[in-house]
Amino acid sequence: MNPSNQYESTTTDDVPTSVLSELRTAWIVCCIFLLLLASITTSTEASTRGSGDLALVIERANGSVQVVETTNNSALMRIEGLGDLSHASAVFSRDQRYAFVFGRDGGLTKVDILEGKIVGRVIQSGNSIGGAISQDGQLVAVSNYKPGGVKIFRAGDLSLVADIPATYDDGKQSKVIGLVDVPGKGFAFSLWDAGEIWLTDFSKGDEPVITRFKNIGRNPYDALITPDGRYYIAGLFGEDGLALLDLWHPEKGVRRILPGYGRGEEKMPVYKMPHLEGWAVAGNRAFVPAIGRNEVLVIDMNNWTEAGRIPVKGQPVFVMGRPDGREVWVNFAFPNNDTVQVIDAESLALSTTLQPGKGVLHMEFEPRGEEVWISVRDKDELHVYDTASYAHRVTLPAQKPSGIFMSARASRIGL
Amino acid sequence: MAHWLGPVIISLATTVAAADNRPSSQRQAELRYLLTQDCGSCHGLTLQGGLGPALTPEALAGKPVEMLQATILFGRPGTAMPPWRAFVNETESLWLAERLLQGETSQ
Repeated sequence: MNPSNQYESTTTDDVPTSVLSELRTAWIVCCIFLLLLASITTSTEASTRGSGDLALVIERANGSVQVVETTNNSALMRIEGLGDLSHASAVFSRDQRYAFVFGRDGGLTKVDILEGKIVGRVIQSGNSIGGAISQDGQLVAVSNYKPGGVKIFRAGDLSLVADIPATYDDGKQSKVIGLVDVPGKGFAFSLWDAGEIWLTDFSKGDEPVITRFKNIGRNPYDALITPDGRYYIAGLFGEDGLALLDLWHPEKGVRRILPGYGRGEEKMPVYKMPHLEGWAVAGNRAFVPAIGRNEVLVIDMNNWTEAGRIPVKGQPVFVMGRPDGREVWVNFAFPNNDTVQVIDAESLALSTTLQPGKGVLHMEFEPRGEEVWISVRDKDELHVYDTASYAHRVTLPAQKPSGIFMSARASRIGL
Repeated sequence: MAHWLGPVIISLATTVAAADNRPSSQRQAELRYLLTQDCGSCHGLTLQGGLGPALTPEALAGKPVEMLQATILFGRPGTAMPPWRAFVNETESLWLAERLLQGETSQ
């Protein structure tokens, strides 16, 4: 007699069949309950994890983002359905749980990077370029190309707070670039077509007080704010030089710095606009890309004059300071976008040249700078390098990766 | 600009009319990738426009193919559009201009 028959015989003797079937049902229900409990425990673990070592990676081709972690350098999840991310960027809520992703198609998507899901999404314009989050974390601003202007949303529910058309010359609308948060619940941005810088102040409520600075230079292409939140600097595409606004003294207006750095020489064709977001500061020196030249410009921040220029492999796109300020990492426009160069910020000499592969689009340091993440678009890879030894540590797959955004940006002005 | 572009356009048109050689299929794939990824960094991956104008068939309607080809090869002085003649030749730029006008740009 096999065990199952024995079981059958003993039970059927004393218990009616209906009761037996109920017992079986109860057993199954109990198993399901235990399984559910186990899965709930797992997801609770996930949501109580810290988010300080997380990063969001834009996958530009397919409208998806990846969440990766930088403690063990691994991918955690992919989130899809964010629209056209061909030129996307992200900012973070102050608790580092939510990322606000700005897509090229005008989409603003709020992503829960712990749960790995989209919790809000609005199509706020036809064509947008970037965004910022206010000092107090309450407002998210998006800068738009078409129709040109800035829209402000509440970070909580993405409801519209204010619409600021970038109107100039009796009704023309300018593309807006270089949008950053400024101290005191406000934003600064620049008008590509109009050559203006605008300051908006939301400290008094949802109706912004707007200050316009005109004739700041031809075609500002991007801008940055210094890590202390004092200086807003726009790079100019249409002329050699940069525009500087001291936010401690806006009444003094915008002044031109490094005018004529090209010394009248004809600049080379520019195949990709540089970015100014990665402010590289070492001591009293700042490092910025030269437009149309294979050079990094060095600015003396004591008097805002040129302190040197460093010849590099191609036209710089990102010039990023390692968080300790000792080194500056540079990537390049097409056709030199297979290379990354590292500059010693003290001697201004080249430290090393890396060849991650074609289509290096972005670099992001881990918060304390011991490793750097690099997106290599044409290889569909993310590379992690050790910044002390330059050793290539890890390769992770990603679909046409571009921007990499560490959650630690949440606590930094202008990022 | 017009005074020097004029003859260029005419000579290109002549050259191009005579030559019916299209890029090889491998080169076509490279050109489509260039269009999406590198032109796309200013004009948008979907060519709906960005810092540069939209390059959809609707946006380009009525523009002569030779003008588009010349813009690709020589850029547009005074704007952010650079010349691409170091990377694409006349045949390839004409093929790209045709793809843009016909909206056959996807990879």
